[in-house]
Amino acid sequence: MMKSKADEEDYWNSSKFKAFTFDDEDDEFSRLKESKQAVNSIRRLVEEDDDEDDVEKVSWSGEPVGSKTSLFKTNPDDLSVRLYAPELRKPKSEYKDYVSDWSPEETIQRMQQGKAFSLEKFRSLQDKLLLLDFAVSAHDGNVITAVLIYLKRTLGKEVLFRELESRQTALRHLIQYLTETRDQRLLLELLRSLCRTGPCTTGREHLSITDENKRRDFLKSCLSLPFSPEDSAHVQDHFTLLERQIIIEATDRQAERGGKVEIFQKFPRRASILNMPLVTTLYYCCFYHYTEPEGTYSSSLNIRQTFKISEKQYFVTALAARAKLKAWSDVDALFTSRNWLGFTRKKSPLSFQRVVDILQKNSAPTQVLQDYVALVDDAELRISLAQKHKCHDIVINTYRDLKDRQLLLGYRGKVERGSAEERKIDELLNNPRRRWK
Amino acid sequence: MSERCPVPLLWPRMAHSARRDSPELPDFSLLKRLARDQLVYLLEQLPGKKDLFIEADLMSPLDRIANVSTLKEHEVDKLYKVEYKPITSTSDQLCFLIRPRIKTVKWICDVANADKATGKFRRYKIIFTPQKFYACEAVLEEQGIFGDVTTDEWAFYLLPLDDDIISLELPEFFRDNFLAGDQRWVRTAGSALHLLHSLYGPFSKVYGIGRCSKMAYESWREQVAEGEQRTRQAEIGRVFLIDRDVDFVTPLCSQVVYEGLVDDIFRIKCGCVEFGPDVTSDKSVKVMLNSQDKVFNEIRNEHFSNVFGFLSQKARNLQTAYDKRRGMDIKQMKTFVSEELKGLKQEHRLLSLHIGASESIMKKKTKQDFQELLKTEHSLLEGFEIRECISFIEEHINRQVSMIQSLRLLCLLSITENGLMPKDYRSLKAQYLQSYGVDHLLTFANLRHLGLLVEQQPGETLTVMESKVGKLVNDKTAGKLTDAFSSLARKSNFRALSRRLNLVPKSGEEYDLRVPRDMAYIFSGAYVPLSCKLIEQVLERDGWTGLEEVTKLLNGNEFAVTGSNGADSKAKNDAQRIILVMFLGGCTFSEISALRFLGREKGYKFIVVATAITNSSRLLESLLDNHV
Repeated sequence: MMKSKADEEDYWNSSKFKAFTFDDEDDEFSRLKESKQAVNSIRRLVEEDDDEDDVEKVSWSGEPVGSKTSLFKTNPDDLSVRLYAPELRKPKSEYKDYVSDWSPEETIQRMQQGKAFSLEKFRSLQDKLLLLDFAVSAHDGNVITAVLIYLKRTLGKEVLFRELESRQTALRHLIQYLTETRDQRLLLELLRSLCRTGPCTTGREHLSITDENKRRDFLKSCLSLPFSPEDSAHVQDHFTLLERQIIIEATDRQAERGGKVEIFQKFPRRASILNMPLVTTLYYCCFYHYTEPEGTYSSSLNIRQTFKISEKQYFVTALAARAKLKAWSDVDALFTSRNWLGFTRKKSPLSFQRVVDILQKNSAPTQVLQDYVALVDDAELRISLAQKHKCHDIVINTYRDLKDRQLLLGYRGKVERGSAEERKIDELLNNPRRRWK
Repeated sequence: MSERCPVPLLWPRMAHSARRDSPELPDFSLLKRLARDQLVYLLEQLPGKKDLFIEADLMSPLDRIANVSTLKEHEVDKLYKVEYKPITSTSDQLCFLIRPRIKTVKWICDVANADKATGKFRRYKIIFTPQKFYACEAVLEEQGIFGDVTTDEWAFYLLPLDDDIISLELPEFFRDNFLAGDQRWVRTAGSALHLLHSLYGPFSKVYGIGRCSKMAYESWREQVAEGEQRTRQAEIGRVFLIDRDVDFVTPLCSQVVYEGLVDDIFRIKCGCVEFGPDVTSDKSVKVMLNSQDKVFNEIRNEHFSNVFGFLSQKARNLQTAYDKRRGMDIKQMKTFVSEELKGLKQEHRLLSLHIGASESIMKKKTKQDFQELLKTEHSLLEGFEIRECISFIEEHINRQVSMIQSLRLLCLLSITENGLMPKDYRSLKAQYLQSYGVDHLLTFANLRHLGLLVEQQPGETLTVMESKVGKLVNDKTAGKLTDAFSSLARKSNFRALSRRLNLVPKSGEEYDLRVPRDMAYIFSGAYVPLSCKLIEQVLERDGWTGLEEVTKLLNGNEFAVTGSNGADSKAKNDAQRIILVMFLGGCTFSEISALRFLGREKGYKFIVVATAITNSSRLLESLLDNHV
């Protein structure tokens, strides 16, 4: 059945392949009816082409008119039996097709041009594949998909899938068609047969599930699928997270309704935590459950442990959440580390410039901001941040340390008249013991 | 169609070497007239009163072609937007104007079947634009509606958005063609080209690069062969076709030229933008942005840093013009009011709009540390301080700053670095999924498939593996495996291309953005857009000769074909300098600005035909999968 590539090519070039064999009459008859139906329906869609040749002008509303009758008509004078009924003398196998004699190539061309055509006569696997291959080489996705729809209808899945494996372009068209028509079942079958169970298929399926419990169960079933080790870890995490969210959501919803937990009263939840990303969940836990012991499911430390969240990520999120709540002591505690002698100092996995940015976005007051602006190493950057956030003390101290009288004098004009800052500047400027550059 | 504006204020200062003898652009309003006439004809095919349902994304394009009164004249009673819900129309004739999408056709089948179930008789007509697909008809057949509806095609391929921009308004072209590998729009692109060829051709030379370009070119040739040929005076001489995947770097960069910036921030839709209260300090207004807007026309191609200066100069001039009134006698005043005042008022309105827009842009950009973002982009383009760039991106992700923005930077990193180191790839991907959701596993799969965000594959390992596999299995399978590997390892080769084509000027050199010396000005002098550089080079060489190394780095598929009338091209010299550039998969406003600059330098006029106007957000959003 299968021919090698070279054979196939020879075959295309050498013949137009028109003859069809029908073993029994029933088959032929039903085929004729099929074709007739198909063509009739097509006539309605396709606009009449006035430049068509004779064959296409044939009317299908009445009796089927094919090559045999036209032959008869062209010889009306000769009444010999031979010409009167030439078909009777021919072996059945030489019967011409009733619809047309268009080759696969011609059929594809007609499809591209929007002319009438019929695919029903292409019944052998070889013909179907020729049709497909011509469609692919014509680069017309519309026609490729049309042929695939026909093949999908007339070929067994196993055969179709097998043939598509070596025809990547056609395969991608079928995948796209099944995706668009939302034929999930066949799509999954196709991808499984190609060993392509990747994120593409399962992901789409997953997204269509809205109920969280069903979603969780589905995810669990996904865990056994052949993902890459890396992706399978992500799917596992996703599953664990969703499980966790379901528990937290149930508890917190109840707590919120009960009206006894202060934080939910003060800051009502804007949305459910279900299906939120991990970092959002972490933020949520830092916001509502920050003080919980590490043992509870909703504790932020527990989340950090379970999902191996990086120090930086945890820090950024906790900082934003606690700043939002204006829990400045918590913010302060985040930075505090003790060395072995018991001294404390402020440390951050994030540049202090960013820290200031995060705090400022969460509308931290100047007193808080200036503690962190002061920790910015680079003097120039520190001054520009201090000026931006009106941390006058820092600007003044920096200028003092730089021994720059001019700048300090200039800055005097920028602070409020009669303010403490102005007084501080004046003191510095008027201090005779101070040395300037 | 439109009068060309007099010598623009800025250009002489921008480019001294600009040639002034640029040829006139063809009149593309003809395309609109054709589309309108055809639509009217189709509406007349369903005589009597009817309700018209329009697909949401066709509403703006339709609006540019035919207004409501034209529709009413042809007995359209009520207009509805397709919303995939049961309908409330009581008309006994329904007409649907849609894109050939299965989802929409299914909805129409639901409407018709619901009518059948309640015994309601109506007539239905579907007008597909720009063409119908067999798959859509198959849906009609499956749902038992075939024959109950009549179908037609509205061959509305091309919408002129401006004097030199034509859009196919097919944003899905990008995803369908490049991600899904579905070639449904190839013939559409060929037909669009065919239409332009028969109206403004014959083209004497066609250049192109990319698989899709090649296919579209072939489709066009076939359509030319099918139809009859007319000889006429050519208005467009040369054509350049380019696939979007030839150059992903350019659309991923932040736009800093005014028109591109407005698109990045406010999203220009079908040549129209909606400015909100933050711009107008009043209610929202919709503004058409094209060369008819005299103020916009002068700043659209300018680097944003020049825009404020220009606008304030303009405001001073306006004040002077208003001030002329003082000391006028009655007669002079009368002339002033009748001749100048209206124009001045119009200019006043436009000026305050664009000043408002610029202010709003400034505010938004300062808020998100635009300077630092640009610095990172430029470092990536230059291949400089990559570690710092990675930690910048990481912080972006950690702080859950815009999901698209983070993705954009990741892709830019991957393309410029020819893939991420495995360790970085894994860690950034994991952090991304943590910040924006595991659903983005699909996004990552898509980006990998397109070669936009990949893990570095050590070249040697690949070949060793291939040859080992090759020995084990037969040739056919080995070939398939090689395909699979090479698609995974699709190299972007950005660095090599950048060196060869000199895309990234040496840093440290001063670049005066007010006097641009090359197309790099559209990215603050940091990068010459690859797509436009290719066009420049090919036009200069009249083909790909001498660019063999470059095309090899771009995965080949280049072509240059001389048409039948190529020989006597000297006679129609003007047409030879009108060049149509077709971007398959979308084009950005920055690229259009760069081409306009190139045109002024070389005395060309470029006409940009795009399947859609794109930018980094649109490009990446089309690759997300969480909209299913």
